Amino acid sequence: MNTTLALDVDRVRADFPILSREVHGKPLVYLDSAASSQKPSQVIQAMSDYLEMHHSNVHRGAHELSVEATDAYEGARERLSRFIGAQDPSEFVFTRGTTESINLVAYSWGAGLEAGDEIVLTVMEHHSNIVPWQLLAERSGVTLKFAGLTPEGRLDVDHVRSLIGPSTRLVGLTHVSNSLGVTNPVTEVARLAHEVGALCLVDGAQAVPHKPVDVGALECDFYAFSAHKMCGPTGIGALWARRELLEAMPPFQGGGEMISEVKLERSKWAAIPHKFEAGTPAIAEAVGFGAAADYLTSVGFEGIVAHEADLTSYALDRLLALDGFELFGPSTDRLGVLSFRYGDIHAHDLATILDRQGVAIRAGHHCNQPLMDYLGVDATARASLYLYTSRGEIDALVDALHVARDLFGGFE
Amino acid sequence: MNDSQAAHGGLDDAELSQLYQEVILDHYRSPRNKRELEETTHTVTMNNPLCGDVIDLLLQVKGGRIADVSFQGKGCSISQASASMMTERLKGQSVDEALALSGTFTRMLHGDPEAAGSTELGDLRALAGVAKFPVRVKCALLAWNCLQELVGPEA
Ligand SMILES: Cc1ncc(COP(=O)(O)O)c(C=O)c1O
Repeated sequence: MNTTLALDVDRVRADFPILSREVHGKPLVYLDSAASSQKPSQVIQAMSDYLEMHHSNVHRGAHELSVEATDAYEGARERLSRFIGAQDPSEFVFTRGTTESINLVAYSWGAGLEAGDEIVLTVMEHHSNIVPWQLLAERSGVTLKFAGLTPEGRLDVDHVRSLIGPSTRLVGLTHVSNSLGVTNPVTEVARLAHEVGALCLVDGAQAVPHKPVDVGALECDFYAFSAHKMCGPTGIGALWARRELLEAMPPFQGGGEMISEVKLERSKWAAIPHKFEAGTPAIAEAVGFGAAADYLTSVGFEGIVAHEADLTSYALDRLLALDGFELFGPSTDRLGVLSFRYGDIHAHDLATILDRQGVAIRAGHHCNQPLMDYLGVDATARASLYLYTSRGEIDALVDALHVARDLFGGFE
Repeated sequence: MNDSQAAHGGLDDAELSQLYQEVILDHYRSPRNKRELEETTHTVTMNNPLCGDVIDLLLQVKGGRIADVSFQGKGCSISQASASMMTERLKGQSVDEALALSGTFTRMLHGDPEAAGSTELGDLRALAGVAKFPVRVKCALLAWNCLQELVGPEA
């Protein structure tokens, strides 16, 4: 390995102030980054600099601060578009996050659909890539179809292929599963969709934080993601879409910022991307979002990917060696979001017991209820890793699981 | 913490040991009255969407008395043990007694020391430790909320 590219986890950890705090008197072991990542000082500093020295409204004032705020906001857009391989920043719409991005597509692009049209999704989708389409189905009568998994726990691409037909208008899938950790073959699915003239929407919430993404190479039509899972702030995310799609789509919300001319009877829309950004945007958050992309770029994805792969295989080696540990999804070629069961200890009990030892994990359905039903479980525990996770924290997780087992008096 | 616990990175947490007492684990692993019920007069399903706990409570009420009671469902040890222990206590009680017990139990979980000291609660006092874990209180109350839903003042 080229050592200059290797990630120095101690140095990375020093960037995250929260990682030095304690929880219940124990050092924090934060294994819930798939729900929301922690923030490095670089991001916190960029946001407070903006708020302390440059804040005003954007695109409005003829004064210096408004120019500086607009530059900060539009500058973040340009850097973020480059970060996901987009050529044209006007194809990059700021939203509140992945959920709002998908709702925007379902509402605006979806307005052109009618009964008889079909949307193909997968059973591993997050609720945010299911419910907006259910709402659209109620409005317009479109039919939803769901592709299943292979026995190993990967997307069954043959099933996707068999569901796509002449009535298919859109295929929506997650880039990386937030429960199974698998990466889906997005390009292959996008090509299947395009063969019948359908579009492909990708939920990138769990991909962008962990790997370099190039929307052009993916060949998708819509790409949604959130800042807060990639070291950025909450309350902001993005929708990338090809220019001709955004231009043809009607606005999502109406108000200031998204118009070029307003008369009492009707108005003209602003050009993209502002057509989709009604109202004063989350400016400080956009600055933090841009700083998060800069931060990940400065650490370097080569190092991040290698570190997380190493840590995931270390974690799986240790966890799969525990009696009663059951992993969901494949045990190789996956990212470090690990859903599991442990003996007969309910996920919620595990989360409580681990929390008391400073170890933060998620318990429940992870906004993946249809997937849990598909797997036949009502809840799982989930430990998720990120660039700042250390081997010592994996050891702490394993120790905490031993404690849980002792507390439950072992398993039958 | 003794040395052997320390060596195993073991537990030094009285509140946690109090939460997961043997009696609670016993009810979790061998729930009482988790079965079908004949001649059901009242039934309700309630869930806790955050953690996926689900309880179906079934009552057979005759002449203002709970002649028989059972539950079904799934969830964490606290929700299941609380349901199991509740059904043991309710059988044979009048509806009024059951509701009074429910009131005392709820106060105990909200940290009321007087309620926690009440002899009326009997075995149910094993669940007093839940009060120290605010996010788990709703697990322990799920079955009792079913009871309120079926025969409480607003039923
Ligand atoms: C795969 C996936 N999609 C969508 C979302 C929703 O993201 P947000 O809540 O930021 O809109 C999440 C996060 O919970 C996720 O993991």
